[in-house]
Amino acid sequence: MTSMTPTTSMTMVQALNAGLRRAMEGDPKVLLMGEDIGPLGGVFRVTDGLQKDFGEDRVIDSPLAESGIVGTAVGLAMRGYRPVLEIQFDGFVYPAFDQIVTMVAKHHYRSGGITPMPMVIRIPYGGGIGAVEHHSESPEAYFAHTPGLRVLTPADAAEAYVTIQQAIASDDPVIYFEPKRRYWDRAEVDEVSPISGNPWSSRVLRRGSDVTLVAYGPMVRTCLEAADAAAEDGVECSVIDLRSLSPLDLDPVVADVQGTGRCIVVHEAPVMLGMGAEVAAEVTRRCFFHLEAPVERVGGAYIPYPPNRFEQHYLPDVDRVLDAIDRVTAV
Amino acid sequence: MTEDVIRLLTPEGEFRAHPDYPIEVSPDLLRQLYRDIILTRRTDIESTALQRTGELGLWCPVLGQEGVQIGAAHAMRPSDYGFTTYRELGIFHVRGVDPVELLHLYRGTSHASWDPRRVGLGIFTIVIGSHALHSVGYAMGIQRDGADEAVLSCFGDGATSTGDVHEAMVFAAAFNAPVVFLVQNNQWAISVPVTRQTRAPLATRAAGYGIPSVRIDGNDVLAALGVTRVLLDRAREGGGPAFIEAVTYRRGPHTTSDDPTRYRDEAELDHWASLDPLDRLRRHMERVGALDPAFVAEVDAEADALGERLREAIRGMADPDPLGMFDHVYAEPHRQVTADRAAMADYLATVEGS
Ligand SMILES: Cc1ncc(C[n+]2csc(CCOP(=O)(O)OP(=O)(O)O)c2C)c(N)n1
Ligand SMILES: [Mg+2]
Repeated sequence: MTSMTPTTSMTMVQALNAGLRRAMEGDPKVLLMGEDIGPLGGVFRVTDGLQKDFGEDRVIDSPLAESGIVGTAVGLAMRGYRPVLEIQFDGFVYPAFDQIVTMVAKHHYRSGGITPMPMVIRIPYGGGIGAVEHHSESPEAYFAHTPGLRVLTPADAAEAYVTIQQAIASDDPVIYFEPKRRYWDRAEVDEVSPISGNPWSSRVLRRGSDVTLVAYGPMVRTCLEAADAAAEDGVECSVIDLRSLSPLDLDPVVADVQGTGRCIVVHEAPVMLGMGAEVAAEVTRRCFFHLEAPVERVGGAYIPYPPNRFEQHYLPDVDRVLDAIDRVTAV
Repeated sequence: MTEDVIRLLTPEGEFRAHPDYPIEVSPDLLRQLYRDIILTRRTDIESTALQRTGELGLWCPVLGQEGVQIGAAHAMRPSDYGFTTYRELGIFHVRGVDPVELLHLYRGTSHASWDPRRVGLGIFTIVIGSHALHSVGYAMGIQRDGADEAVLSCFGDGATSTGDVHEAMVFAAAFNAPVVFLVQNNQWAISVPVTRQTRAPLATRAAGYGIPSVRIDGNDVLAALGVTRVLLDRAREGGGPAFIEAVTYRRGPHTTSDDPTRYRDEAELDHWASLDPLDRLRRHMERVGALDPAFVAEVDAEADALGERLREAIRGMADPDPLGMFDHVYAEPHRQVTADRAAMADYLATVEGS
């Protein structure tokens, strides 16, 4: 982006809305389906105004059935459409889990490459908004664990604008996790430049010589804030946004850890068998002789997402990241 | 509302007996129902107010649906069991759930609220449709125990589209389970009208499963009581499952986070307000002289006291001990939970110490 390119300040919700709009304008086969995405514009208003502008055939308020939404989207995709689905909250994707894992993920493979499954399943995820049960979960590892699915998660509005369009353009099914606690954060969005860049890669957001912080989605901002705080104490951190959880691009992480010798992975999901386990294993293998301390993981405890009056303790925050930084630098 | 609905009380408050659903309407019963609606409504209003001032994270208003809920709950015997969604305050009230216990959930201090064994209601389910299957399984257990009990399984119009509700009907029919499904068709699933879930009246679906069904006026507390009682009795006696569609209306927002002006017409509200279940009951009680001013004042005072009790219990309620979130994940000790709990305790100690 050159300094001459005009940008617009947008929340992540507005950026997703603009990205969806642009994808729909660019390809008549793109259609949206989900619960309450029509006149209401979705419970988070991500699809606000789209039904009015693109009609009920392209912005479909579905019956209340997630398996139905994803299962019929498989048929629409076979018929040449590019369905973009909204699951209302993380905790309600499970009725569709069977369709996603057994059908969506495997269709291209099972058809010997003849029938692609271009489909985006948008899922607002994560906690921090004081919600009731089933509205704050981080189920990304289930999906990243399933070969055949791509998994993307934007960390800010500018990323969201670009990557939602790239996800829609992909011929593979993409589970697109939207960090709902960052929905109202603003960033400068470039709506003018052609969409470019490789979304299936990690982004280095900050370089520091002491510790490598690895995060994605909602925890990217937390890590940037932690890096600022650590810098005040003289500890310089790199911050890397994984962005794509499948494929997982660890080359930038490995390169950075070879310099810092210290790595901390941060996510909201339970640490046990979460994305951090994969990162830690690979970083340990590839950086073994560079490591100054064991790879640390900061994340959720091995409990169901707790009632929201506990979430300030459950969710990783700047202090928990700083605590981990203390641990790896104390070695 | 079509005319094929069962209605025992006309909107004008006139009682019309129905041969299939006999019911003895005593002044005491009327007063009980009146009191239950007033108290339910008060909890509903107080809870919305507590949400607005930030004391609760969320509230799901029930305004307009009290008639069907309170009638149906009174049809249950104490030994019967119920499965519900979040929007069933009338049922919670009649079954003896303390609203303070309930509001813990909406304040976010606990996932658990009432003791299911005490009130004979499973903990409620937010994942739409899921508990319809649990209802049938519970009913299959009753059947195997040879117990004189039945299950009331409540869900919304939106839920009828889910696979789980369909499968629940299949299982109930296959095993002749003692369960009565009660759909509160309040016309909306958040912003989606019931016409998106079904082209035919929901009650007609049951026939396809071989389950008898009835459509009732959901704003008629007596119809809800009379019809549900007959069908629960039938289930208890081995007659098998039944299905009730209660035609009603959600007059409030879906939840306190919702903005219904984006999707529905105010005129609809006026129409349904004119069919209010409390007004209807009141008219009937006036007709039969069961609504004396002393009684009205007594119930109002009880409602005021309830409101005050709720405000006092909820306002400024302390946050729970952070380590409490590790409780009850498993029934037996679990290594990872134990380790994570210890790590959190250590961490909290260092934070406090710093
Ligand atoms: C499986 C699932 N999908 C989506 C949701 C989000 N959601 C909560 S309530 C609701 C509408 C429910 O409508 P209905 O069944 O008619 O019950 P009502 O709210 O009208 O009482 C939806 C879509 C959910 N809770 N569970
Ligand atoms: Mg409804």
